[in-house]
Amino acid sequence: MYQYDPYDHQIITQRIAQFRGQTERYLSGELKAEEFLPLRLQNGLYVQRLAPMLRINVPYGMINSTQLRRLARITRDYDKGYAHITTRQNIQLNWPDLADVPDILAELAEVEMHATQSSGNCIRNTTSDQLAGVAVEEEIDPRPYCEIIRQWSTLHPEFAFLPRKFKIAVTGSNSDRAAINVHDIGLRVIKNEQGEIGFRVIVGGGLGRTPVIGSLVREFLPEKDLLTYLDAILRVYNLLGRRDNKYKARIKILVKALGVEKFAELVEAEWAHLANGEATLTQTEIDRCKNFFTEPAYVTIDDNAAQAEVDAIAADNIAFEKWLSRNLCGHKVPGYAAVVLALKPTGVAPGDVTDRQLEIIADLADKYSFGEARTTHDQNIVLAEVKKSELFSLWQEAKAAGFATPNIGTLTDVICCPGGDFCSLANAKSIPIAEAIQRRFDDMDYVYDLGDIDLNISGCMNACGHHHVGHIGILGVDKKGKEFYQIQLGGDSSENTALGKVLGPAFGETEIPDIIAGILNVFVENRHDGEQFVETYNRIGLAPYKERAYAK
Amino acid sequence: MPNNTLVIKDGKITDNLWKIVSEDHSDLTQDGIILPYSLWLANQNELSQRVSEGKIGLLLEGDHNLQEQNEGIADFALIAINFPGFMDGRGFSVARLLRERYGFTGELRASGGVIRDQLCYLQRCGFSSFDLDADINIEAAVESLNDFSEGYQISVDLPTPLFRRRA
Repeated sequence: MYQYDPYDHQIITQRIAQFRGQTERYLSGELKAEEFLPLRLQNGLYVQRLAPMLRINVPYGMINSTQLRRLARITRDYDKGYAHITTRQNIQLNWPDLADVPDILAELAEVEMHATQSSGNCIRNTTSDQLAGVAVEEEIDPRPYCEIIRQWSTLHPEFAFLPRKFKIAVTGSNSDRAAINVHDIGLRVIKNEQGEIGFRVIVGGGLGRTPVIGSLVREFLPEKDLLTYLDAILRVYNLLGRRDNKYKARIKILVKALGVEKFAELVEAEWAHLANGEATLTQTEIDRCKNFFTEPAYVTIDDNAAQAEVDAIAADNIAFEKWLSRNLCGHKVPGYAAVVLALKPTGVAPGDVTDRQLEIIADLADKYSFGEARTTHDQNIVLAEVKKSELFSLWQEAKAAGFATPNIGTLTDVICCPGGDFCSLANAKSIPIAEAIQRRFDDMDYVYDLGDIDLNISGCMNACGHHHVGHIGILGVDKKGKEFYQIQLGGDSSENTALGKVLGPAFGETEIPDIIAGILNVFVENRHDGEQFVETYNRIGLAPYKERAYAK
Repeated sequence: MPNNTLVIKDGKITDNLWKIVSEDHSDLTQDGIILPYSLWLANQNELSQRVSEGKIGLLLEGDHNLQEQNEGIADFALIAINFPGFMDGRGFSVARLLRERYGFTGELRASGGVIRDQLCYLQRCGFSSFDLDADINIEAAVESLNDFSEGYQISVDLPTPLFRRRA
């Protein structure tokens, strides 16, 4: 994992001093609320329906046990003893006092964390693949490049007042767990035919009010040119992006308005001035960052023997066997596996963790995974480096702590924004919908039989719950002051990115579990052997689902 | 337009020797006036001598297309960039382009709706003077120029990125 040097510490320390002064000026009435607003947002602080909300960056999802324990302490000392994992791998506190935030930021800085630019019209936390560095099919570890981007974007003097927020995602794998096609910039780290590392650059994707799949702007950008090219894209956007209408201000709208060819031409023309300048990456810097993400001290393990041992235990323990089947990911190193700790048992808001659970995750990370964990965009936690021989022991401990719900990737592993219970933007609640669905589909055998289903819920069209790219997407809407829910089908956040299609008129809250049941029945009745939900949908289309949902 | 009597220049509070005039300003014989680009363009020939003597300034908006309209721009003693509101960040890019691409070395002034908390970023983008909204406490504001002593990126005042300076 990356470790701060004195420069990083100094920059973050000065940032906190600056924000402390701003907070004091606001509280004394010297700084107007409308001027404090973007300043506090760029330090992670929203003012929500019930209380302020502080969004803390987890850079590209990497977090260590020291940081987890500090977060636990912060939730106890400054909040109500729990935190929330967001759909962009960050961690939110729901109840801090505004006046305490500079102190919270100082506590975070001690463990090399910050909330800089976790909100506001600026470059946000860069997200990545939760299996970065361990995925079997990964070509190149994206994390060194994520860290290079984190530093470049942090307090970038030119791009702190963009037309709108700006999100970058990076993956080094063909199986896209970072949703790079629905980000303002999506980067796929690749190797060209000469074996040189570079990036495929996708621009102008995004969810929200106007969901768009990003466009390819450059097939191969050499790695040394990463920052100058990003500067060029951001400069074109900063100068030309719309500022008259916040709903048309994202870069996706600019790319659409200009056409991707024209947009790419403008970027290339700007880049011609910046390329090979001082901001060109040096091999020394690339190597320095790569050195933070070297392989941990793996031991040599006979994978077949290790697997046979696991299988033997699983043969006598169906609960363990089910957990293995859903909550495990492959690992490039023989004898190791990546384990997903499930944060979505029924009755808990998806992604919520208590202070005690954060500490248990820290303990588990120390004991089983070299002291590191990852947050995932589907709001779970991954321990990426677990010996297969320790899976049974880990499972028992995870189970005792409530992390072993064997539902990863299934219907009940719902992605869900905080919704109307917390968020002042929301049109409707989302957490109770997630819970109603989890309660209705509590027969795990049925859920397993359904296979992989991404069910994503957003409480408003800002789409924090990524409903457009759920196989089943649910969107809260407001109709004359009442909460209704629109259903979309066929979205996909993977490398086969697709935006869901609206089923039809919205439903009332209490109807949703029945409607979902109907949709699932259509799937079960129509699926071919081995077909997953989204594959059946892609084959038979929307009509049969629509017919069932609106049958009189 | 602020046109305050005091401005921040090169890190110090000083008398404002310049005045932004409007598009329909008629007396172009005055010294120390800052002209909107269109007004300068229309009177370019008769004003060029006084521009080179450092007596006329130029006002640019955030949507000014420098690529197409940059002729003679480096000759001005002062260019002011207007910020219609502090959330409009186009002026940050315009400033860097003036400094890094179009050879402007004179006084570069942020004018209008910028707030104290942006001064450090503005300075890094090449601004050397600030004519802030009248209700801003200029004595306190000047301190914000020193909010940060280090930055990761290249900028006008620090043209080498941190990664090339790290020991």
